Amino acid sequence: MTGAQAVVACLEKEGVELIFGYPGGVVLPLYDALYDSSIRHVLTRHEQGAAHGADGYARATGKVGVCFATSGPGATNLITGIATANMDSVPMVCITGQVVMPVIGKDSFQEADITGITAPITKHNYLVKNPADLPRILKEAFYIARTGRPGPVVVDIPKDIFTATIDFVYPEEVKLRGYKPLFAGQAEQVDALAEALSKASKPLLFIGGGVISAGASADLVRLAETYEIPVISSLMALGAMPTDHRLHLGMVGMHGTVAANLAVMNCDLLIGVGARFDDRVTGKITHFAPNARIAHLDIDPAEIDKNVRTHLRVIGDLAWSLPTLQQSLARYDFVVEKHTAWLNQVVQWQTDSPLTYQASETVIKPQLVIQELNRLSEGRGLVVTDVGQHQMWTAQYHRFSRPRTLLTSGGLGTMGFGLPAAIGAQLAFPDELVTLISGDGSIMMNIQELATIVEHQLPIKVAILNNNALGMVQQWQRMFFNQRYSHSSFGVGASDYVKIAEAFGATGLRATTPGELTEVITQALAINGPVVMDIHVCAEENVLPMVPAGASLDQMIEGGVG
Amino acid sequence: MRHTLSVTVENKPGILTRVAGLFARRGYNIESLVVAETENPQISRMTIVVDGDGRIIEQVSKQLHKLINVLKIQDITHEEAVHRELILLRVNADATNRTEILQVAEVFRARIVDMSRASVTIEATGDTSKIEAILTTFRPYGIKEFARTGRLSMMRGK
Repeated sequence: MTGAQAVVACLEKEGVELIFGYPGGVVLPLYDALYDSSIRHVLTRHEQGAAHGADGYARATGKVGVCFATSGPGATNLITGIATANMDSVPMVCITGQVVMPVIGKDSFQEADITGITAPITKHNYLVKNPADLPRILKEAFYIARTGRPGPVVVDIPKDIFTATIDFVYPEEVKLRGYKPLFAGQAEQVDALAEALSKASKPLLFIGGGVISAGASADLVRLAETYEIPVISSLMALGAMPTDHRLHLGMVGMHGTVAANLAVMNCDLLIGVGARFDDRVTGKITHFAPNARIAHLDIDPAEIDKNVRTHLRVIGDLAWSLPTLQQSLARYDFVVEKHTAWLNQVVQWQTDSPLTYQASETVIKPQLVIQELNRLSEGRGLVVTDVGQHQMWTAQYHRFSRPRTLLTSGGLGTMGFGLPAAIGAQLAFPDELVTLISGDGSIMMNIQELATIVEHQLPIKVAILNNNALGMVQQWQRMFFNQRYSHSSFGVGASDYVKIAEAFGATGLRATTPGELTEVITQALAINGPVVMDIHVCAEENVLPMVPAGASLDQMIEGGVG
Repeated sequence: MRHTLSVTVENKPGILTRVAGLFARRGYNIESLVVAETENPQISRMTIVVDGDGRIIEQVSKQLHKLINVLKIQDITHEEAVHRELILLRVNADATNRTEILQVAEVFRARIVDMSRASVTIEATGDTSKIEAILTTFRPYGIKEFARTGRLSMMRGK
């Protein structure tokens, strides 16, 4: 069999059901082999769309997302998508074509050093130089991508490897001397944490995306409920614990809730679970959780003590450490009432300072859009976002009740992520409602994928919060740059998103008043096909509360008017 | 302070780039890096001298561990280990001081590996302080150029 056929056979062995990609010169042999396979391939309109599509599919399912691109520009167009997946620990295998081996290094047509370029933004990468290595390398690539802390792996394959003849044997197991992801860690570490927790009177669970990727949401909720411990979430953790759970204080950090941020500042034991203490979460790092001992549970030892100094650490898979902690705690005479005063305190903060904004009868407030989308969809399905103000309002005002129902670019903050990621989510779950909440800035960064959506008649509902400006940029310019709106308005260049939708073959709807908003969303949800909602929102709205960059979490600029 | 890390890696293409790139993008300072095959041709040893406090060195080690082709990392700064560097230096020398220079080289157990009418080229090995001493001693004669390796280290046998 040829190398190209071997690649397809490997993907079949790995159970791959969907590939996002874009053909071109050196991957033609691969595409020719794919022609005979039952694996579904979705042709995106830009390679970046293929990378985000595979990413969205992986986030929605927990499986490894796969994308193809040709050499040179095809591969470099994947870069933003790979970096996005890497920052959020999303399992992906990206297969790129490379020029034939004799001309590598000669600045050949469509040549780019893709293993060199992607080394800093992948978990690992390969340049295949011997056709016999193909099955082993692909086996390793999938194994590395999905195990341990997940991440993207790039496999760069020269054209003459695709056309070479090989004896195909798919290896049964992976032998990697330098990579042995651990599941169970040291029980003593768990016991030390259990003891600290048994003594704490103001404990706080701070959860991150790791809880979702480890599939440990139920374990987390059980721990919180058994011992009456309040929970705060990073953006990536939303959905791990139901938004409306009585112990859930909401998102923490720059645009977190007052209760979540004050809980950090006042707790006496902060337990980070699968979170990486990103600067958007911690605010001024030296003032983070000043009265607390900090514990950290993570599968990646390099995360421990990277950003905050910890007093206790538990290294291992959360699917091991959380149940083990629960068992270990059972040995203590735990008086849950010890936390009552603390719980009353955090509930008081929630009651005193809920998320709020000034409602309007004339203009559409962006927060209202999120609330209406949530209300009218009855919280069903998956929500995908782009990046900016709309993303933060979604995090604040949408309710999430299950893991993997909010797909958003947290770490890299990639505008343009949303539309292709929504494609991945909808293809993974054809019968679920998939809603993309975007802005008029972000949507234009991968608008071409509307063509992919229409081609496959994916019933994605796209809500564009249109303020004819880069809202988050303008918010910062308003707050920190004396309202000097340098190059952040689209001015007379405003695009007609209804016409754009129609030109691509989707339904376009527009809302400019609060009344029309409800109507348009209702209408959109009733249409069995792709819909773009152009929702004209009030442009001067700020995402609040806000902890200015570099301030501590109790220095919040608080929200609107009650 | 300076730490010496002895890192064994799989001898795969690009491993040097991966390690060097990791140091660069995370802002760690490499003072020197020596890499060569070990007794097992599939494995190379890197001896990396890096400047930083304990916390930084811990992060460096953990991040290195995440590289798939890195097998083992030892911080041998405080261990019983043998450290060696090699230096080649060309010193100005004419008929009037050549003998003196040869005597100085003798003291450092350095070898003369080349000689011309106006210079001698000296080869010496030793730990960092000896190499520094050699440089200091020859500087008054006029060092035309020198090249030195980074530090090579190995744990003492037990």
